[in-house]
Amino acid sequence: MEVAIFWLLAVIIIASAAATVFSKNIIYSAFSLLFSFLGVAGIYAMLSADFLAVTQIMVYVGGILTLILFGVMLTNRITMMSLKTDVFNFIPGLTIAAVMLAGLLYVIWVTGTWASDSPAAWDTTVETIGTLTITRFLLPFEVVAILLLIAVVGASFIARKDKQKIQS
Amino acid sequence: MKLELLGHLILTVAIFGSLFLFVAYAVYFERKVAAKMQNRVGPDRVGWYGLLQPFADILKLLLKEEIIATQATKFVHTLAPAISVIMAFITFAMIPIAEGFYIADINIGMLYMMAVTSIGVYGVTLAGWSSNSKYSLLGSMRASAQMISYELSMGLAVVGVILITQSISVVSIVESQTENILYWNIIRQPLGFLIFWIASFAEANRLPFDLPESEQELVGGFHTEYSSMRFALFFFAEYTHLIVASSILTTVYLGGYQIPFQSFLFPGLDGWWLVSAQILTFILKMCLFVFLFMWVRWTLPRFKYNHLMELGWKYLLPLGLLNVVLTAGWLLIYDGF
Repeated sequence: MEVAIFWLLAVIIIASAAATVFSKNIIYSAFSLLFSFLGVAGIYAMLSADFLAVTQIMVYVGGILTLILFGVMLTNRITMMSLKTDVFNFIPGLTIAAVMLAGLLYVIWVTGTWASDSPAAWDTTVETIGTLTITRFLLPFEVVAILLLIAVVGASFIARKDKQKIQS
Repeated sequence: MKLELLGHLILTVAIFGSLFLFVAYAVYFERKVAAKMQNRVGPDRVGWYGLLQPFADILKLLLKEEIIATQATKFVHTLAPAISVIMAFITFAMIPIAEGFYIADINIGMLYMMAVTSIGVYGVTLAGWSSNSKYSLLGSMRASAQMISYELSMGLAVVGVILITQSISVVSIVESQTENILYWNIIRQPLGFLIFWIASFAEANRLPFDLPESEQELVGGFHTEYSSMRFALFFFAEYTHLIVASSILTTVYLGGYQIPFQSFLFPGLDGWWLVSAQILTFILKMCLFVFLFMWVRWTLPRFKYNHLMELGWKYLLPLGLLNVVLTAGWLLIYDGF
C-alpha cells in the first residue's frame, strides 16, 4: 500500500515537473507545477513530516504559485505566445547537470545509510519544530525574518508610483 | 482493523451526505430569508412551504443545455468547478460535530484548514482564466486578490486561539472550551473573533464583499461563461463555503458541539443521547452563523474595491497583529511562562 502510494506520488511529481519544463504554454507550465508541489507535499506527509507537508502547500501552492499565475494572467500576451523550448547551450547545460548529479550522488554516497522504510508515525512535529526554532535555530530564524522584511520593503518601493510623476 | 475502516467509511459518507443536504437547503433558506427581508413570500410552490424547491432547482440545472464558449480552454474549464467544490468540501473533514464524531483529527488541523482554503483559490482563478472572457477574468482577479488578502488576517486571528489552546488540533481547540460558557473563545478572543468573522465573509465571497460576482459590473463574475451543471457546481461550492465557514466559526469560537450549561440543564445525559444532543447543538450554532451571514447579505451594500483592500490590509491585518501581541502578553502575565 505504502509502496504503491509512493510510486504514484513519484510518477505525479516527475511527470508534472517534466510537463512544467517542456510545455509550450506558460499557463500549463504553471498549472502542472501545482501538481508537482502537491506531490512533494504528499511525500512529506508519508514521511510523517506533517507540518512540513502543510507548510509546503500553504507557502508554495497557496502563495507563490498563485502569484505566478496572477502574473501570467495579467500579462495577457504571454499566454498567446508560444514558448521556445529549443535546445540552447547544449554542452554547458549538460556539463552543469552532470556536475550537479555527481555532487548529489557523492553526498548520498558519503552520508551513507538511508532508511528503506518510513519512520514510525510521530505524535506531532509542530512542538519540536517550534521549540527548536526559538532556541537552537534562533539566529537563522531572525535572519530569515529580516530578509523577508527587506524583500517586502523593496517590493513595495519598486511597485510604488512616483508621486511627482503623478502630480505632473 | 477492517471493521474500523468500515465504520470510518460509513461516518465519512454520513457526514458528507448530510453536508450535501444542508448545502441544498441553505439555498432554500437564503431565498426564504431574502424574501422575509424584502417583504415577499419566497419559494412556496414545490412541496409543503416550498420545501422541495432545492431538488427542483438541482433537477432544472442538471437538465439544462451545457454550453462551453468556443474560445475557452476546455480542459481547465471543466476542471475548475470540480476544484472549487472539492476544496470547499474537504475542509469539513476536520470539524468535530460531536464528542468523538469527526472524519479526521489531524494534529495540524488549523493549518490544514488554511492550506485547503488557499488551494480553493485555484478553482475561481482557473475558471476566470479558462473562460477567455473579460468579465470572467476580472471577476477571478478580484476573487483571488481578495481571498489572498483576507487569508492573512484570518490566519493571524487564529494564532490567538492557538496560543490559548497551545495546540493546532481542531479537536483540542474544541475541548479547551468545554469547562463552561466563559471558556468559549468568543469571550476569550473577542477581537480575534471579529477579525475572523469579517475575513470569512471575504473568503466566502459574500456581500458586502461579493465584488468577484457583482452583477451590475461583471455580469456574473468568474462564472459568467458557465452553464447548467458546471454553474451548479460553483453555486454549490459557494454555499458549501458558507456552511463550512459557519462550522469553523462555531468550532473555533463558539465551543463547537458543546451544550451550554449542560451540567446544570441536562446532568444525566450520556451515551447516544448525549451524542445526538451535541450534534443538534452543533447544527443550531452553525445555523445561527448561516443566518447571520444571510442577514448581513441582505442588509449591507457592496464595498468599493479600494475600500475592501484598505479594510483588509490597513485595519484587519494590524488588528490581527495587535490581537496576537495582546494574547501573548495576557498569557505571559496570567500563566507566567
